[in-house]
Amino acid sequence: MSIMNETKSASFAVHDKQASLPRHHAVIFIGLLAAGLIAPFLLAPIFVMKVLCFALFACAFNLLLGFGGLLSFGHAAFFGSASYVSAHAAKVWGLTPELAILCGTLSALVLGVVIGALAIRRQGIYFAMVTLAFAQMVYFFSLQAGFTGGEDGIQAVPRGDLFGLLSLNSDLVLYFVVFAITAAGMLLIYRIIYSPFGQVLKAISMNEQRAVSLGYRVNRYKLTVFVLSATLAGLAGATKAIVFQLASLTDVHWSMSGEVVLMTLIGGVGTVFGPIVGAAVIVTMQNYLATFGAWVTIIQGVIFVFTVMLFREGIVGVISKALKKPF
Amino acid sequence: MNDVLLSATNLTKSFGGFVAVDDVNLHVKRGQIHALIGPNGAGKTTCFNLLTKFLTPTHGTISYKGHDITAMSPADIARLGIVRSFQISAVFPHLTALENVCIALQRQRGDSFDFWRSQKVLLQFNDEACALLEDVGLSEFRDVHAADLSYGRKRALEIATTLAVDPDMLLLDEPMAGMAQADVERISELIRRISVNRTILMVEHNLSVVATLSDTISVLARGKVLAEGDYATVSQDARVIEAYIGEDHG
Ligand SMILES: Nc1ncnc2c1ncn2[C@@H]1O[C@H](COP(=O)(O)OP(=O)(O)O)[C@@H](O)[C@H]1O
Ligand SMILES: [Mg+2]
Repeated sequence: MSIMNETKSASFAVHDKQASLPRHHAVIFIGLLAAGLIAPFLLAPIFVMKVLCFALFACAFNLLLGFGGLLSFGHAAFFGSASYVSAHAAKVWGLTPELAILCGTLSALVLGVVIGALAIRRQGIYFAMVTLAFAQMVYFFSLQAGFTGGEDGIQAVPRGDLFGLLSLNSDLVLYFVVFAITAAGMLLIYRIIYSPFGQVLKAISMNEQRAVSLGYRVNRYKLTVFVLSATLAGLAGATKAIVFQLASLTDVHWSMSGEVVLMTLIGGVGTVFGPIVGAAVIVTMQNYLATFGAWVTIIQGVIFVFTVMLFREGIVGVISKALKKPF
Repeated sequence: MNDVLLSATNLTKSFGGFVAVDDVNLHVKRGQIHALIGPNGAGKTTCFNLLTKFLTPTHGTISYKGHDITAMSPADIARLGIVRSFQISAVFPHLTALENVCIALQRQRGDSFDFWRSQKVLLQFNDEACALLEDVGLSEFRDVHAADLSYGRKRALEIATTLAVDPDMLLLDEPMAGMAQADVERISELIRRISVNRTILMVEHNLSVVATLSDTISVLARGKVLAEGDYATVSQDARVIEAYIGEDHG
């Protein structure tokens, strides 16, 4: 509970001052675009794709927590179920990758409507518990249902041909497709944050009663942002299934829900670019520390504790504060 | 009864066994400034919460313009044109003063579910928001986060935000508490000005403000209406005097 309150208060320290968009954001987006275009030539494309998928996942989660003030402990449900549906659609139905990803994303949308409609009736920690409970149900469903392959998951998912034309078997070709998808997802999230809807959302998260008294039907806004967040988390999971040609229980496990919280906190809740940084940090750590086995989890835990204790605002939150500009 | 805008009949609220509002009948006439006064803990804020449905009454009905609104949600009551302020100042702390007012002006667009559109469409409200900020004396603070404003200025911002939704009826809960004298005068003047084509129900402890502003006063004590009438009538009522002397009150 105290963590939640702290992240909440930290998150709004850096909101923009004007109705006009912060100009330096455009510069950062162009920088990220350039970095994304050269990255696969400097690093392993598969690694960068993993960072991209998790960055989108974290950005989607941050939309809900950092701007909607709603802490979900069950976002793996959307990431994971979209991953299963996408893998199933590509492998069993033989759909082209873009359609498989679309199917996965839509399944997360539907699940988001159902879980969201039930969760938003609760506040604070109870909201988080409802989302966790539903995510556990999705997990056990995935464990039992036939099409998910139980412990094995869905393996050897074909990457297929984009629009039936362009083979994605080359990592480099796939990379640019994944880059386009995740960039589009992040730009959409950015637009949502700085939209009339986003403005009302921020107001609700800061003072719900006041928003009600001005005539805003707050539950509809909460449900909308929940569904948007679930859908975009689904887009990330569905894309990930094509990249790794695998959908498995890891994607729907509660620890995946925890991981996205961690990425967002480390990068900076309620910042625009923090979740991208957080995802990069965590994925990099997992990659380079993989030889330590189970220790990775412990190292992550230690980093988490340090972040919460030393700089609650996260990496980007601290930078924002120092430079007095929202990033 | 035609000129009654908002009325509460047999309004009762109990918390567990404790009756905070006890069979209150209140009729606010159109165009008036109606003050609700009484010692601390009398149930004034609870009345506001009931009238705006932030709390559900245990008994009683509320009607507005002759329609029963007892079953409506608080957001829908606000949409009818009954807008309240809060005793504990209610602003959006990490938005600027200008953005606070714009959030309210944004209600003119109806709902704002358009997440695909840039918030630049909200720039159309800037002039109106600046004018409202000027009305409450906050022009120079337009780009300051509400959290960084002094207490009195937060209250002023809250009034500007409430006015921005252009309500027919305002419920102001201690709008001038904690304000400096100069601000009290400014806000009194503002309330008088905005009351011209609006109806106001207001809780206020500053009796000189109540005396000069209000047309009708209802005195509440221990959840019950003790007396009602204009200032001269009410201030001479023996039970009112007793209630005020009998309890510690500012
Ligand atoms: N949510 C609540 N639960 C229990 N008691 C409450 C609640 N709200 C108010 N009360 C009690 O009701 C009484 C009236 O409170 P209130 O309406 O705030 O008084 P006023 O605004 O006139 O000072 C007080 O004794 C207060 O303790
Ligand atoms: Mg009160």
